Amino acid sequence: MSNVFILADFAGDKASKTTAELATVAARIGSVTAVVFGDAGKGAALAATVNQGPIANILVVESADFAKHGVPAVADALAQLVKSKSPAALLIASHAFGKEVAARVAVLTESGIITDAVDVSADITATQLVFGGSTTVQSRVSNGTPVITLRPNSVEADLSSASPAIESATAEISNAAKHSVISSSQPPVKGGRPELTEANIVVSGGRGTNGDFAAVESFADSLGAAVGASRAATDAGWYPHSHQVGQTGKSVSPQLYVACGISGAIQHRAGMQTSKTIVVVNKDPEAPLFDIADFGVIGDLFNVLPQATTGISAKKS
Amino acid sequence: MKIAVCVKQVPDSWAEKKMVNGLLDRESVDAVLNDLDEYAVEEALRICEAHGGNEEGGANTVTVISMGPERATEAVRKALSMGANDAILITDGALAGADALATSAVLAKVISDGGYDLVICGTESTDARMSVVPAMISARLGWAQLTFASKVTVDPAGKVAITRVTEAGVDEISAPFPCVISVVEKINEPRYPSFKGIMSAKKKTIAQRDLAAVGISSQSAWSQVKDATPRPARAAGVKVTDEGNGGEALVNFLAEKKLI
Repeated sequence: MSNVFILADFAGDKASKTTAELATVAARIGSVTAVVFGDAGKGAALAATVNQGPIANILVVESADFAKHGVPAVADALAQLVKSKSPAALLIASHAFGKEVAARVAVLTESGIITDAVDVSADITATQLVFGGSTTVQSRVSNGTPVITLRPNSVEADLSSASPAIESATAEISNAAKHSVISSSQPPVKGGRPELTEANIVVSGGRGTNGDFAAVESFADSLGAAVGASRAATDAGWYPHSHQVGQTGKSVSPQLYVACGISGAIQHRAGMQTSKTIVVVNKDPEAPLFDIADFGVIGDLFNVLPQATTGISAKKS
Repeated sequence: MKIAVCVKQVPDSWAEKKMVNGLLDRESVDAVLNDLDEYAVEEALRICEAHGGNEEGGANTVTVISMGPERATEAVRKALSMGANDAILITDGALAGADALATSAVLAKVISDGGYDLVICGTESTDARMSVVPAMISARLGWAQLTFASKVTVDPAGKVAITRVTEAGVDEISAPFPCVISVVEKINEPRYPSFKGIMSAKKKTIAQRDLAAVGISSQSAWSQVKDATPRPARAAGVKVTDEGNGGEALVNFLAEKKLI
């Protein structure tokens, strides 16, 4: 059976759920090898957390260069492993880091690349949703080792426990990959809420909040949801730009998306219309977002959300 | 400092887009300068302004580089009217349908021949949304990669420091010239072209080059669209008016759908 590489994805020092999602998809193509890059002396501990999903083998590469030089160093090492082991495909998580590693590996290995796949079939055909989710596209790579980035939260992960065989490998980092030096790294500020692009539920606020996100946040917390915002809300400085959902912000595809006080410009829809279920709360009955809502409440979010928050808390207790 | 800014002409993000024969139909939609590239143009101008400006004959220049059909001169002209000095547009029939790898190869060749200190890009185009071209250019040139910058500080003696902001957190990164930089939205407020800027842009040079002039042969795309299907439009579902129990109705809906 052919061998498929995934680049193990980590949240802090633990493998993320995305790693299991990558493995789940990769296992359709062949036997899965997860590649782990760690700081000198830290690789084994990282590899030990890669214990969910259909993963047969782990390749661990340790070097201080990964933390010091970031994307270019990881891509250099990964490209060498791809060249020496010739996997049938390389799957990487579709976030800023993953897409840039994929981009460099594609150049270094002369391979075609597909980003933002939401699924990959056994014959390495990638499915993407383009033009703001209005069109489904099937694509294939025709040169080299297919390098495909998979959007987090797109497939149901096989979370069965795995005990892969761990092997260490080495790689030479080129001087070109060492030009830039990372002097400090701060992890994202976690407000106890899930990451926007990985959350199962997203509650977003827009112009209708008038700058007061308290009701949106309380409702989100009652659901264990991430909080998003429309461009109008981030432009007004009401919510951090990193939470913007839409064409020029994040694209999300959760099980449930609740839009509160968001009229639904096409740019916002582009970032959320592939959500499984869409709920809209808006006091303007003409808000265009109602047209794609599975459930809509015409009403003031400052009345509707607190009542819903109380209702959900009551159901939980 | 010699700064190059890579820009792309894209379909207006308000326009309805469709696929024809596996490629985006660009003919039937309005085309504009990619929103996110305006931040790159603005940042290049600000870097120059912080170090003596980019007046003709001065120490600093901003050159706009773009690849696209002849029509892309409109987007390039917008960047020139913001204040860039001149532009290079690579236009060649053989580039129709070029993928990110082919695009980055052409851009890297032009950049390498131009002797620039810095290349500045937006983080992505609003049509393909791949976010890979800056990293590819960096890999091809062997230049430092300083991407997803929310802050750029340039020491004209030959050093750049950036703050990189991604979902993975915030990094402080620095590198010597030459560098490939990408800037995130909101790093600055792009200026509107002034009347004077628009008038003077008409006189600025847009050097058009085909692949032979660039000195590179065309590379076919290494990924192909096999099928493109419009997704059925979402139908509107139930809509209720809040008469004091809208929140309860919402909770009932979520419970019915087993979402809570």
